[in-house]
Amino acid sequence: MPESKPVLMQGNEACAVGAIHAGVRFYAGYPITPSTEVAEQMAARLPDVGGVFIQMEDEIAGMAAVIGASIGGLRAITATSGPGFSLKQENFGYAIMAEIPCVVVNVQRMGPSTGVPTAPAQGDMMQARWGTHGDHPVIAFSPASVYETYYLTIAAVNLSQKLRQPVLIMLDEVIGHMREKVSIPETGKLMVEKSSSNVPSDWKPYDEKGLTPLVPFGFGHYYHVTGLFHDQYGFPTGDPLQVERSLDRIHDKLKKYRDEIMFTNYIGHKEPRVAIVTYGCTVRSARAVVKKAYWQNRLPVGLLSLQTVWPFPDKEIEALAEQVDVIIVPEMNMGQIVGEVERYARGKAEVVPLNRYDGEMINPDQISEEVGRWLS
Amino acid sequence: MRIDELKIDSEMLYSGHNACPGCGAALAVRYLTKALGPNLAIVLTASCWSIISGMPPLTALKCPILHCPFPSAGSVGSGVKRGLNAAGHDDTTVVVLAGDGGTFDIGLQAMSGAAQRNEDYIFVCYDNEAYMNTGMQTSSATPFGARTATAPYPLFKAGQKKDIMQIMAAHGIPYAATATVAFPDDMESKLKKAQAIKGFRFIHILSPCPPGWGTESSDTIHLSRLAVSTGFFPLYEIENGVTWKMTHYQGEKKTPLKEYLSAQRRFKQMDRQRMEMLQHEVDHEWDCLMEKVATSPSE
Repeated sequence: MPESKPVLMQGNEACAVGAIHAGVRFYAGYPITPSTEVAEQMAARLPDVGGVFIQMEDEIAGMAAVIGASIGGLRAITATSGPGFSLKQENFGYAIMAEIPCVVVNVQRMGPSTGVPTAPAQGDMMQARWGTHGDHPVIAFSPASVYETYYLTIAAVNLSQKLRQPVLIMLDEVIGHMREKVSIPETGKLMVEKSSSNVPSDWKPYDEKGLTPLVPFGFGHYYHVTGLFHDQYGFPTGDPLQVERSLDRIHDKLKKYRDEIMFTNYIGHKEPRVAIVTYGCTVRSARAVVKKAYWQNRLPVGLLSLQTVWPFPDKEIEALAEQVDVIIVPEMNMGQIVGEVERYARGKAEVVPLNRYDGEMINPDQISEEVGRWLS
Repeated sequence: MRIDELKIDSEMLYSGHNACPGCGAALAVRYLTKALGPNLAIVLTASCWSIISGMPPLTALKCPILHCPFPSAGSVGSGVKRGLNAAGHDDTTVVVLAGDGGTFDIGLQAMSGAAQRNEDYIFVCYDNEAYMNTGMQTSSATPFGARTATAPYPLFKAGQKKDIMQIMAAHGIPYAATATVAFPDDMESKLKKAQAIKGFRFIHILSPCPPGWGTESSDTIHLSRLAVSTGFFPLYEIENGVTWKMTHYQGEKKTPLKEYLSAQRRFKQMDRQRMEMLQHEVDHEWDCLMEKVATSPSE
């Protein structure tokens, strides 16, 4: 793949560039530390590609305008952080229910509430899963580098279009603000899902037979969009059978396309005794540990990094638990994903949380110490 | 009023606070606390002042502060005042302090609700005309033609500044007034007047921001004065939404707006045509204001 000259780029900027390369032409948002650079980059770049940038009056409006633009036919994205993410939840749930594609970036900062706006954390992982009410499916990615931010943003846009499902990018302040050398492929060099322009004459917005692309609102097709439970034409229904079918529908599409959604990466020993499972910026510290323990000292240590956190990589964890004595889960929160790991380890391996919640990164020494304890 | 007439012993804003040099907002709150203190409770929303109020040992204000979520200042203020009243502390002056974002944008709904219920507190908006705390992003208080982080060169803020005073006047609240830091005596008398009135009161303070506006820290007062003399930010008060009164009137002859704009780097790329458009807008608003003043019912 021909790549352009390496450039020094910030995670938030890579997110904006990735979005534009994936065909995003609409951004609506509100300034909030540490995500503001995504908005600033979009403001500067979108006009050049014929896109629309709107600075909205608040966080709710940012999410709502993105939904509107998506129905109008544009690929749309918004970015925020903790307090703003809380405000967006109702509209986020609406987009899941009405199956409106969009991407929401949350550059996580220390919470709860205003917290420490400039300190990194991974405290919104459960909010990403259960922040909006009701039984709903969620796709959430967690990049560990600037380049991962770039390609996961593209994957997020593509998946959201294909599955008509909002996708979350759960950055953290470290990756969002970090500058790294990256080689960004020229526009169009990465696979980008094309929007389908040929719509069959029997097109239905929520077809029982399966996924259909969204057609722009206002011409050609008469359909209804609502957050109420709806039939295959989108019209509200209270019929128990249709309600159940409707809920199954939004969950089943994620199960069906699991392979396209699930991104995980294993590095380290082929037959590990100690495994580290983590995501986001914490992967970087864990990688340093594996580098020393395995690459230099051939110790039975491995790292499974989760680029996809939701839906949870259950099978991957099950397989790992079969192999190892212990799974260490470092997280910059009081323990969120560790509960899921425990659930899918099913008692086959010990699951040990390693938490830090003082607004600082977990450093390699902390992880090494825990790994060492289990190797001796 | 001369600066040495300000009584030091009534200072409620400590020196060594976290504001940038030449910050208009710090000065505004200094006058505010002086005028309304010492029995004062401040409800503060996310803004530069949530930084200025400071981490110890830089805590700047000598009064209790309730730092609430961004969209909620108007509602939290309502609860605080009613709570204090119910507990028998009805002599405490409650001030809701918000920036332009917390007033014009995300805070508008809560403020409008409180104004409509005529909640008994003073809402003070210190307006530095953008989201300065996060690095100068456009707000609906940003004037036409200004360059911001979300409207970078060659872009500029396209719409006009939201007319918050007309919005508040339309709520028919007992008292609303504009003020700015170059006129501390005018500001003080308005705050004192507001304090003596019951019900929802709104004070809109123009607070120059040297890093955001692209000016020297020593120019704050000069710019504040220019904003008034050009008619860009006239000083007036509105009683019960109907009686409009000028409190500082220098006559029909206004300073050309160009003088105000060219002193700030945020307007640096503004061409003549856009300057004329803004001048035209300012003249039009001035004429509308003069008409409202002239046709106001006498007391």
